Amino acid sequence: MQFLTNGQLDRRWIFLGMLLAIASPILLQVTFPEKPSPKTIDVFNAIDQLSESSRVVIACDFDPASAGELEPMISAIVRHCALKRHRMIFLTLWLPGAPVIKSNIRMLVDEFPDYRSGIDYVDLGYQPGAEVVLKVLTSNFKKQCSSDTSGRNTADLPITAPLTTIQQVDLIVSVSTGFPGTTEWVQYVGSPHKVKMVGGTTAVSAPSLYAYIPRQLISVLGGIKGAAEYERKIMDHYPQLEANQSAREGIRRMGPQFMGHMLVVTLIVLGNILFFVEKRKGTDR
Amino acid sequence: MKADKLLAGILLVLGLLVIIRASSGDMGMVYTRAVSTPSDAPPELRWTKYEAATPIESNEPGVAVSWPRTLGLWIAALLTLAIFSFLLGDNVLYKLAEALFVGVSAGYAMVAGIYDGIVSKLLSKLAPGLIRDSLIPGIPETVEPDWLYVIPLILSGMLLWRLSPKGGWISRWPIALFIGTTAGYRMVTYFEADFVGQIQNTIVPLLVFAADGSFDGVQSIKNILMVTGVLSTLTYFFFSVEHVGIVHRVSRLGIWFLMITFGVGFGMTVMGRIALLAARLEFLFDDWLWLIDPLNRRS
Repeated sequence: MQFLTNGQLDRRWIFLGMLLAIASPILLQVTFPEKPSPKTIDVFNAIDQLSESSRVVIACDFDPASAGELEPMISAIVRHCALKRHRMIFLTLWLPGAPVIKSNIRMLVDEFPDYRSGIDYVDLGYQPGAEVVLKVLTSNFKKQCSSDTSGRNTADLPITAPLTTIQQVDLIVSVSTGFPGTTEWVQYVGSPHKVKMVGGTTAVSAPSLYAYIPRQLISVLGGIKGAAEYERKIMDHYPQLEANQSAREGIRRMGPQFMGHMLVVTLIVLGNILFFVEKRKGTDR
Repeated sequence: MKADKLLAGILLVLGLLVIIRASSGDMGMVYTRAVSTPSDAPPELRWTKYEAATPIESNEPGVAVSWPRTLGLWIAALLTLAIFSFLLGDNVLYKLAEALFVGVSAGYAMVAGIYDGIVSKLLSKLAPGLIRDSLIPGIPETVEPDWLYVIPLILSGMLLWRLSPKGGWISRWPIALFIGTTAGYRMVTYFEADFVGQIQNTIVPLLVFAADGSFDGVQSIKNILMVTGVLSTLTYFFFSVEHVGIVHRVSRLGIWFLMITFGVGFGMTVMGRIALLAARLEFLFDDWLWLIDPLNRRS
């Protein structure tokens, strides 16, 4: 069978190899043990050490294109906040982020039926204006968010009624994938107003946020690995989650990660061996 | 050519397997439960809400196959495969899926933008009574029109002048204002949070001692590496001095730090892309093909 054309491997074989590498652990339900890293533990502690009924802003600044990485992360954070009985204020600076909030609220209400809208959580939906929104939130919360997505006045909702600025919340959790995202939250809210913040981001964006740790940002969950470690950490502390298969989404996706990475590493090593063999052949001639 | 035939054969076999499985009815069905809500309201004020149900609940009262949602699931699965087909080469299925994505995204952005932007942030300030009666009932009766919002309304109108065949220059004024304001905002925050903040983050002790006076070797190595990395990388980008002698050696070290950073970036990118592919395959295998059942929805 002809794998090589003019000395080049047809890249469709690589695609097929990657498909098999990713699909096989999903079909066989292979998972690996996760050990939370110090960064994950810092995010966990930031949420876990808050007193009960603390107000936590959860910013879902991403779209369905990044949901594969960030959906397990934000679900784990919402579960953790609910287990700690924190009050959650959801908002997004991304237009496609609104359905992400809705799906997390559905999950919240399904798993924690005693959580009440307007008292324990509120959906402020999409806030257009990118960084200008953050600027206004730091000076006049209700001017920016006068109503929730159901059209209720935020001044009448127990969860938002006492807030005049966003600095009064106990923690901001920014889960984002690009602009506007965690960087803007740090620049406009966290850093200038000394508001406690943790972040969660796609693996690609994570290195750019590490520079803010720990003075401007407590810690960051990076990509699906961060999500899987976080799921493990909350399961270790709240064993009642062990039976909840939805709470293992990130852990399940680490099986394909392992196989995919093994394939990439194998191909890089093989490519280098072939390169040096070809080079030696050329020198011999 | 043989490779093409083999790949085509694999795809054909997979397609046949899907057709066989679909014909048995053991895949790609979505169930919903009809719930009358609010339950405490009189019958004439109730409406029926359809909540997601699992196949295992299909025999329960009120649970039935939802054909619109089933159709949506099949469209999502087939569009995913159409996008994947680009890996074999550009083709009409990929183009169709791409065009649909662009069109649907634009439509969604326009509708949501009108409601969340124009109605919620502009019209609710200019005509609170009208918006309260029609779209946002939570606006208090006491709220008066805020005429300051006429300014953004006028600026928005000026911006739309760009579409007019004459007087396009009028749109430059709101654009100029927007760019000027954004630049001002960003300059201040960037200087404070990134420039000064990052310098502060780099001023760390090279030898770290714990609270009990013991030497913290790990943190010391971390700090030394960070400071060395920052200084050597900055040296590489410092072109006012010729890169010879010690400057050359330090800038070479900076290149190593840069290369390691790019390697980390590549590794992280691979991880991100694999996670996205895994999520799509999970959707295909679980929601569509019913080959796996990680959430125990069918057994």
